[in-house]
Amino acid sequence: MSTQNQYLRTSTQIDWVTVLLFMFLVIWGWLNIFAAVYDPELQQNIFDFDLKSGKQLVWIVMAVILAAFILMIDFRFFESFSYFIYMVFLGLLLVVLVTGKVVAGSKSWLGIGTLGIQPSEFIKFATALALSNYLSAPNIKLENINTLIRASLLFILPATLILLQNDTGSTLVFSAFIIVLYREGLNPIPIVLGIICAFLFIITLLIDKYLLVSIFAVVAAGIILFYKPIRKKWANILLITFIAVFVSGFVFSVNFIVNNVLQPHQQNRIKALINPDADPLGFGWNVTQSKIAIGSGGFLGKGFLEGTQTKFDFVPEQHTDFIFCTIGEEWGWLGSTVLIGTFITLFLRLLYMAERQKSKFARVYGYCVLSIMFFHFLVNIGMTIGLFPVIGIPLPFFSYGGSSLWGFTILLFIFINLDAHRMHILGQ
Amino acid sequence: MNQFRVNIISFVIVLVGIVYLSKLFFIQIIDSSYKLEAANNAVQRVIEYPYRGVIRDRNDQIMVANVPVFDLMVIPKKLKIEGNVEILCQKLEITTFDFYARLDAAKKYSRLKPSVFFEQMSDIKFASIQDLLSDFPGFYIQARTVRTYPASTGANVLGYLGEISKERIELVGKNNYNAGDYIGISGIEEYYEKELRGIRGVKYVMVDVRGVEKGKFKSGLYDTASIPGRDVKLSLDQDLQRYAEKLMKNKIGSIVAIEPATGEVLAFVSAPTYDPNIMVGENFSKNYAMLVRDSLKPLFNRALMAMYPPGSVFKTINGLYALQNKLIDTNTSLPCTRNIIPCHGKHSSANFRTSIQFSCNPYYWKVYSIILGKNKTGNMFRDCKINYDHWRAHVLKFGIGQKTGIDLPNEKRGIMPSSAYYDKIYGANRWAFSTIYSLGIGQGELSITPVQMANVACILANRGYYIAPHIIKAVGKDTSSIANIYKQKNENDVNRKYYNTMVNGMEAVVRSGTGFLARSSEVIACGKTGTVENPHGADHSVFIGFAPRDNPKIAIAVVVENSGFGAEWAAPIAGLIFSKYLQYKLEKNWIENYILERDFIRNPAKPKQKT
Repeated sequence: MSTQNQYLRTSTQIDWVTVLLFMFLVIWGWLNIFAAVYDPELQQNIFDFDLKSGKQLVWIVMAVILAAFILMIDFRFFESFSYFIYMVFLGLLLVVLVTGKVVAGSKSWLGIGTLGIQPSEFIKFATALALSNYLSAPNIKLENINTLIRASLLFILPATLILLQNDTGSTLVFSAFIIVLYREGLNPIPIVLGIICAFLFIITLLIDKYLLVSIFAVVAAGIILFYKPIRKKWANILLITFIAVFVSGFVFSVNFIVNNVLQPHQQNRIKALINPDADPLGFGWNVTQSKIAIGSGGFLGKGFLEGTQTKFDFVPEQHTDFIFCTIGEEWGWLGSTVLIGTFITLFLRLLYMAERQKSKFARVYGYCVLSIMFFHFLVNIGMTIGLFPVIGIPLPFFSYGGSSLWGFTILLFIFINLDAHRMHILGQ
Repeated sequence: MNQFRVNIISFVIVLVGIVYLSKLFFIQIIDSSYKLEAANNAVQRVIEYPYRGVIRDRNDQIMVANVPVFDLMVIPKKLKIEGNVEILCQKLEITTFDFYARLDAAKKYSRLKPSVFFEQMSDIKFASIQDLLSDFPGFYIQARTVRTYPASTGANVLGYLGEISKERIELVGKNNYNAGDYIGISGIEEYYEKELRGIRGVKYVMVDVRGVEKGKFKSGLYDTASIPGRDVKLSLDQDLQRYAEKLMKNKIGSIVAIEPATGEVLAFVSAPTYDPNIMVGENFSKNYAMLVRDSLKPLFNRALMAMYPPGSVFKTINGLYALQNKLIDTNTSLPCTRNIIPCHGKHSSANFRTSIQFSCNPYYWKVYSIILGKNKTGNMFRDCKINYDHWRAHVLKFGIGQKTGIDLPNEKRGIMPSSAYYDKIYGANRWAFSTIYSLGIGQGELSITPVQMANVACILANRGYYIAPHIIKAVGKDTSSIANIYKQKNENDVNRKYYNTMVNGMEAVVRSGTGFLARSSEVIACGKTGTVENPHGADHSVFIGFAPRDNPKIAIAVVVENSGFGAEWAAPIAGLIFSKYLQYKLEKNWIENYILERDFIRNPAKPKQKT
């Protein structure tokens, strides 16, 4: 097969559905960034480079060039160089830790002149490549505890470095890789346990800890006293007692961690989630304002550039993390449905694409792409409508910012490239 | 198995979509309260600045008060220029170019949020533009207060206010300050910032889309009233302060006067000084730059931060040490041999009293050789180190080589070298009396600040103790909140009878010794002059002392840089301050003019020929 032929076939097999979804999100996002910074009394042009929308356009054009470039790279490059790419971006993270500049409390920017990039946005695809490479090696079984630990270390390491940069949001993104591990055979019990813990965590914040522990004690005692089959075996009694003690310990440690270990702004975000009305002008401000903006949109929205909450700067960070407010206010429930529908379609499409891969590397990578984007979507929209604590991570392709747009573009287009060449892989 | 997992993942994705859309359906369509809130939205946070505390002196005279000034604010978005810009610029005394430059700066900051367009107009300027402003919607006036100093005195000790820097906001917390707020930058204003500033109030008001106020948010449930800062009463005597500054006009140096029994600072002068009133209002930046550029450094608080070798005034400390340790007694007479060290006294030998009276250098050279030469181990060098450490511990008890703890920021501790320091310079066991004999007459590596000198004067006045010098007398009406270190006595181990001996010597200094220009027939003052050699020109003239001899009411340290003998300048200045504070007359009535007329800045003293 000649090289000429390969490229011809590649171009015909690009998944245009995904590319179109990508284009749609990026362009709509750009319009919304303009709406978020728009000032009705000034004659503003969406292309004005003094505005965020003008700058974002530059980044979008560069992202498209980047995407085209990635599609031209030989698909085998990504697998062969995955560890190398991973090491390079880990190195950059270290450099940021040492020399980076602090923006909004996080030391995550690498400055080059007046421009800055955030390596934490790029480490995601690098980690995805490395993890895919590791998991696609022959004889890898996630039931093996050593394998699991090694695989986890691949993403715990960058997560830790980002945590050291004081960027909690981007750190949490790495927990998305659990979805990948689950698909590749991870025992679901730890995940279920994790969800139970999360549930307990929220309950602990809502209910007085002593009351809660008393309830557990009464329930445990009740089971032991009134349920005869259990009482027959000592082991059962011990087990139930042990669970009750463990749960109580968990409750107290959560209480301790929330009040003593977390930084005040993190405490406030959690409190704002549980009860944003407790302090609507203080820590509940973002969530309250964000919900007012979205809620005032109604069914059809107020129309493009007509959102009053949007125009008047009521919602902080509206062009970045809270960009969804603009959709909610100006495009209403209908617009929100289109946006969420587009994302869900993209995710299901990625799932479908991942499953049709012949190489395990490509499949695992596809799941990584899906998981990372899904996590961003889940948390970002969740926080604007008050279902998640305020964790500052962007909405993929939508939020203002060059690093994040490029990071997601690279992440996605590597997969589109791999997918385009899936026929070149012999089935395993 | 795998298909099951894929199904689970798809299910979760779709479920999240459904949950989010349902929640959105609820807040966007079913719940109408958000629309209502959006209509009323625009809760604006308005900060109410508290009134900064007034500063009074010990006699309740106002030293620092507040006057209103007016900031011209602009919200670029709302600005409509309907009047004549040139006339407005004329009244503001700016060029039209400057006008648009300021507007651009404001736009750059924010189009929606107000920026200060013109800072701190006086009420006269405000009155002149008030009518014009109706043609310029978008401009409005915000009144605030700035400091004013009715007696134009005490600049260095009171400090000034300035805009808070970004770094400082990070440091002290965003709850208390915003960018553009004013904060005490030096002196009392900085040290008692917390007491003086009060607590900011916050008002939440509803505004409609046009920014028109629509009443209180939730009927003022979240509003907090501003609490005015607390007034502060200082121990300074404003009249004495002003007089002391007047005496130091055209001179470089310091005066620190303290009430010895309480440690309360009566006057605190660093010369040259400046009129504190130039550091407020619209000319702040211009004047501040001028003061920073001034080669005489008027912003440098010499009384607190300049360090000098104490010179002969240090002989008092060495004399007391020698007496207490029975190295000499009050009758010890030593020949005034001037081959190693010169002497200005007109005598051939001195006893303890006359050694102080005439500041006999060879006497204290000899005393210091006795102090360091005391036989302990048979080895001269080791003896010297042991004796030095013992002696140094005694000196430290006089508050030397450490901060006095005065309530002003950036106090210097001075230098009191340790034996380890000399070990480092000369090598262990390689230094002895002959290496460091300058310390015997207060020269050498030793250096102390004028506050520390005044503190030594207090110890002598109190015959054995001091209370850390302080300027605060009361915060609000409450005198009990004064820090404990300003109440406790710091004693040392010298017997009171030796102090009496020393005081007799110091009395003789003023009566018929080097301090005779401070003499009066009405009140007996005691003192010790010093003439500090320095490499930068004429000697520094130094005097420490107190008056009256019994139950002293005022202790003082005076330093006049590069002026000559202690007897010539520092002693008469101290005498004038005593006489002013205790209201008596000096014997020589020409002294005041003699001091006032001397200008060391335009007409520097010539260095004395060294003999």
